[in-house]
Amino acid sequence: MKKRRQELWNLFLAFFRIGMFTFGGGFAMLPLIEREVIDRHGWADRDEILDIYALAQSVPGAIGVNTAIFIGKRLYGFWGAIAGLIGIVTPSVMIILIIAYFFTQIQSIELISRAFGGIRAAVVGLIAAAAVRIGKGAVKDTFGFCVALGACILSVSGFIHVIWVMILGGVSGYLYYGRKKERLDQ
Amino acid sequence: MILLELFLSFFKIGLFTIGGGYAMLPLIQQEIIRYGWLSPQEFVDIVGIAEMTPGPIAVNAATFVGFRSAGVWGSLTATAAVVLPSFISVLLVSKVWEHYQNSHVVGSIFAGIRPTVAGLVGGAALTLGSTALQAVQPGVIDIPSVVLAVVVFAAVHFFKADPIKVLIVSAAAGLIIFK
Repeated sequence: MKKRRQELWNLFLAFFRIGMFTFGGGFAMLPLIEREVIDRHGWADRDEILDIYALAQSVPGAIGVNTAIFIGKRLYGFWGAIAGLIGIVTPSVMIILIIAYFFTQIQSIELISRAFGGIRAAVVGLIAAAAVRIGKGAVKDTFGFCVALGACILSVSGFIHVIWVMILGGVSGYLYYGRKKERLDQ
Repeated sequence: MILLELFLSFFKIGLFTIGGGYAMLPLIQQEIIRYGWLSPQEFVDIVGIAEMTPGPIAVNAATFVGFRSAGVWGSLTATAAVVLPSFISVLLVSKVWEHYQNSHVVGSIFAGIRPTVAGLVGGAALTLGSTALQAVQPGVIDIPSVVLAVVVFAAVHFFKADPIKVLIVSAAAGLIIFK
């Protein structure tokens, strides 16, 4: 019992460190995850980690969070999944709570509001770069390009909810790629 | 009541984020503007803050929005809600992973969702851009902001610059440009 509590605590600490020191989230987390999970604790080897990432990317949610839950679950079952999850989100929650608490006061300082003028413009550039990066990996053919363009137009027009755009994308993928595969199989 | 709204909204955001990170932004943007939890301007600020602080953007945004609209309980509710779909789906899928991974139906659905996400994030860049780049005077596109946005895009896209350093430099640039 005592040993098990120690194991869960180590798991929590490993993902706490990963959550604490990865800025920007997503793929920025992967090198740190590998250091903790493979090099430091030997919870998985290089091949297994690729499988873990594949799963983490194919279910909803942030990749880092999904990886923490999956590794926790594989090692110690349900409570392992909980320990990994709480470990990875605790640092961000603490830091953001502090920032959110002081945000209004900080924003009324003139220097800070000018700095945020620069940050806002930069965020637009960052998101545009992210769209291109995601697009490069995701758009494989003309059909994919049309889907991306259609999704972009639909979301900017604001006619339908983003969730419906995603469902439409999934359905069109099934109709196009799924059926094509069936035809090839016959 | 607001706790329930936060929970449902962030559960939805968690559930429909596929591909992680920036893929979440279009949905968060739509939900928080729909409920009026934050102004479009504040939303852009959060993305900047989320990028400069540790952890996944979705978790950061959930904590921040939750706190601003309903205090500490709001932040805990929104954060729990945004990770709950991950928790449920990882536990479910890890049992049938072999089968799920090799399923053509699942594969073809994802082949359609991935380019959709790319288009949605592009759309978010456009709509957020139209707010953020008119920040100085509504209705007038602010030229220095546009230049800064384009420089940041080029630095990250072509020169693989680190987003955190880019944001720090942009904050410094903001101090000089915006009087």
